[in-house]
Parts: sequence; C-alpha cells; structure tokens
Amino acid sequence: MFLRKKKKTCAADGEGWTYSEMVKDHFFSPRNILFDETDYDADGMGTVGSPECGDVMVVWIKVDKDARRIKECKWRTFGCASAIASASMMSVMATENGGMDFNTAQRLKPEQIVERLGGLPDIKYHCSVLGHEALREAVLDYLEHESK
Amino acid sequence: MDKRQIYLDNASTTPIDPAVLTAMLPYLKEGYGNPSSLYGLGRSSKYAIEQSRQKIAEIIGADREEIVFTGSGTEADNLALFGLARAHKEKGRHIIVSTIEHKAILEPCKRLEKEGFEVTYLAVDKKGLVSLEELRASLRPDTILVSIMYANNEIGTIEPIKKIAQLLKKDGSIYPIFHSDACQAANTQSIDVKELGVDALTLSSSKIYGPKGIGFLYLNKKYAIEPMIVGGGQERGLRSGTENVALIAGMAKALEITEKKKKLEGPRLLQLRDYFLARIKKEIKSVSINGDTKVRLPNNINISIKGVEGEALVLLLDEQGVCCSTGSACSSMDLTPSYVLTSIGVPLELAHCSVRFTLGRHTTKKDTDKTMKILIKAVETLRKISSIKCS
Repeated sequence: MFLRKKKKTCAADGEGWTYSEMVKDHFFSPRNILFDETDYDADGMGTVGSPECGDVMVVWIKVDKDARRIKECKWRTFGCASAIASASMMSVMATENGGMDFNTAQRLKPEQIVERLGGLPDIKYHCSVLGHEALREAVLDYLEHESK
Repeated sequence: MDKRQIYLDNASTTPIDPAVLTAMLPYLKEGYGNPSSLYGLGRSSKYAIEQSRQKIAEIIGADREEIVFTGSGTEADNLALFGLARAHKEKGRHIIVSTIEHKAILEPCKRLEKEGFEVTYLAVDKKGLVSLEELRASLRPDTILVSIMYANNEIGTIEPIKKIAQLLKKDGSIYPIFHSDACQAANTQSIDVKELGVDALTLSSSKIYGPKGIGFLYLNKKYAIEPMIVGGGQERGLRSGTENVALIAGMAKALEITEKKKKLEGPRLLQLRDYFLARIKKEIKSVSINGDTKVRLPNNINISIKGVEGEALVLLLDEQGVCCSTGSACSSMDLTPSYVLTSIGVPLELAHCSVRFTLGRHTTKKDTDKTMKILIKAVETLRKISSIKCS
C-alpha cells in the first residue's frame, strides 16, 4: 500500500531538483507543524537527534484511547530539506485513513516514509529520516503514561 | 542568465565576462589548429598561447616560462604538491600546510604521507589565521615545502603571505619552497609574486570571470618540478596534452580585466558587504559571524543563523532566486559539516547553520536589499518549524 512509482531525481538538468516533487512539496508546504506547544495537550511526545548532528525532531501525538490509534500528529524539526519533508510525510502517514494504530506506528520503517516521498538521494537516506523514530518515541511515551 | 536570479556565490564560481567570451571565440571556430603543428594554422594557435602566457606573466610579475597552464585550480594545487614534493624529496620529506587549506591541497598531502612524506597541519586561530610563531616552530631542516592559502574560500580570511615568505626566506635559503593557492584572492588582492615573495602560486580562471576548466601554476624557474601528466611534452613537459587555446586566451583576458578593475572593485565590494552584513546583524537575531571580521576578503560573508539549518535555508533562498552556499553537513558529500568552520572552533550545531554569501562584480545594493527581504522571510519560516528555539 505504500508503493508509489519512484520519481527520477535529477539535479543535472537545471530544471529538476535535488529532491523529488513530493519532497519539494512537503518541504515548501510542510503539514501538521506545531508552532507552539504551550496550549497543546499532547498524549505523547518524542524527541530524536541532536543539534550537533544537524537534525532534531520533536513529535507530539494525540490518541484515540479506545481505538488505540493516533488522532493527531504534530512536529517541529531542525534539519535539512529532506528531514523537514520526511517529518511532514510521517505526520501525514500517521494520521491518514482514520489514524495509524499503535502497533503499525511502532513498526513504521524509514523505507516506508522514503517510498512515499518518491525516494531520496542515497546520501540522505539514513541520516535525514528520523520521523519513524520520533513517532515510536511518542507512542512509547503515551503507553508509559497510560500504564501508570 | 535568469534576470530574477541574485547570484551571491561568487567564491564558488563567477559568470563569464562578455569580453572574455569574445576573446575565446576565434579558437572555438576557425582557430582550431594544434599548437604543436608546424603549419600556419598551428602556429597561430601557438602564438595565441604564448601571448596569453606573456600577458599573465607580466600581470603577476613573473617570467613567461614560469607559467604552467593546468585544467583547473585544483590541478595546479595538485601539481605544486605532488610535483614539488617528489622532485625535491632528496632534500627532505617534510611538508607544512594549514588545516583550512582547500581539499585540492589536503588530499594530495594525505597521499604524499602514504609515499613517505611527513605533513604538519598547522592549526589556525579562532579567526582563521595561521600563526607565524607556530609556523616557525614547525619548521625543520628537512622541510621542503610550505603551502598556505592566500585567502580562504569559505570564510574569506586573508593569510599573512608576505610575512610568511619573509619568515621562510630570511636566511636566503631556497628551501622550503613556498606555495600559495591564490584562487580566492585574485579579484581584490595583489597577486604580484615578487611583492608577495612566493615561489609558487595557484590561480583559477573560473573565479575571475573567466571560463572554467583552466588555471595555472606559477613556479619560480629555479625550482625543478615533476609532471603529473606525461605524454606529448606540452607546457615544457610539465603538462602534456593538446592545449585548450580558447580557455587559455579566455583566462588571460579575464586576468587582464580583473587586474584593471581591482583598485575600484575592492573598496566597492567592501562597502557593499559591510552594508549588507550590518543589515543582517540588525534585522535577524542570533546571528554569528564565522572568521575574522577585518582580515577578510571584501566580498565574503559567512554567518551562522541559530536554529536554521543551512541546506534548508539555501534551498528556500534558491526558490526565491538567491544563490548562496552553506557549510552544513547536509550539503556535503561525506555528511560532515565544514572542516574549515570546525577548525576555527565553530560548534557543530552552528556549523550546520552556516550560510555563505559572496558578492561579485555584478552585485548591486539593490540585490542585497532584495536578498535581505527574502532572507528575513526564509529565516522566519525555518525558525517557526525548527525544534531549536532562539531567545
């Protein structure tokens, strides 16, 4: 269900971009950003990365406790274009079709995000996709609080 | 060029001057003869090359036979390092370079180490400057070569080349040989080799509004050097391969124009740069300047904008027509942030937030004003979505 035809990325023709159209779309119009968390009553929160590494992502989720699904997924990211786009895409994936169930969310793989983004340059593949980890942290955070 | 574009990446490369293109065209059309051929068509190519060599030699205060044309500034640097080290290894095997040299110097050093040479990498201070005391302390009887760049490509700091030359040559010895990569300096600084006191100097055409794919190495004729490319024996055996007459003629023209403009261009750029930088500092919060603020090329701005990752910023600015560059890891091939910035003690988190604007001959005040507007918006956008908050 995550399969999409990989768009050819091409930086060489001047018209094309380093990244796919989907990355470009999510970079220039990121979805589900939480500009200010002060009044946001999150059920779970996850942080991954470090400023020294050039990537920090924070994810906040609200959940449907009975259905055990994610209702809302918000984020902020310090990072390069593909880090921003992958955070945005992750938040879309987590909340589409009635929301991702906890099990799926905890097993989300970076490949699935990259696939939906229409691919990333090889060099960016491993470093800039933190969304799945941040989401996993946020779900874990919720589950820990829930069990208390 | 796209009229909408504001090109602020002149340290990366420069647009070609129309007069340069005009100087090149005859050799891309009817003047196709091989300079090594005996007949007229070949001789006129040869003549064009030697005229260009003469012109360049006069500009830098050298003799004609001290100029070797190469395929780039990188090749000239490689030739200086490999060629001089290998030709003088009987005299010693110790080389000194700074840690902020261009990779075209550092990579040959790594390879020379494998060949049995010993390299001292001189640390620079927080401003990005080489210390004369440390250089003096690093000198050994077997030091055959010292290579220190004239001006740094990322932070624009200008190294004390004349003082280094005086230090190295104070006892009148011919060793160590002193090479300097002057690719970034040529637009605004003196490149008279006698005045500077260098034995070897690298210059690239693509940074002085000339064509890409051509550069040269000046080498004082008292020094032997080993070629890297061998074959037909062109360039007095130092760089075989049929000469690219158009590029050579273009580079000579470019250098001629650059030299003529230098006196006025330096102060103009300085004024424009200081105006632009003052606005950035005033209108954007949490901005730090990387590298010395005074001993610096007049066209260079290198700053870190806290909480704003460099690659993302460069791409947002590009979308609005502004071309600039960054030392962020995400923009590099090896995913590490700029070694120049980390060498001068810029913390990693700020190295990722670095952005470089390098003004050029075509940059106007209006360009910097437009860029300011676009930059403020882009920084605001990225700071809103950034997980690192600035107070």
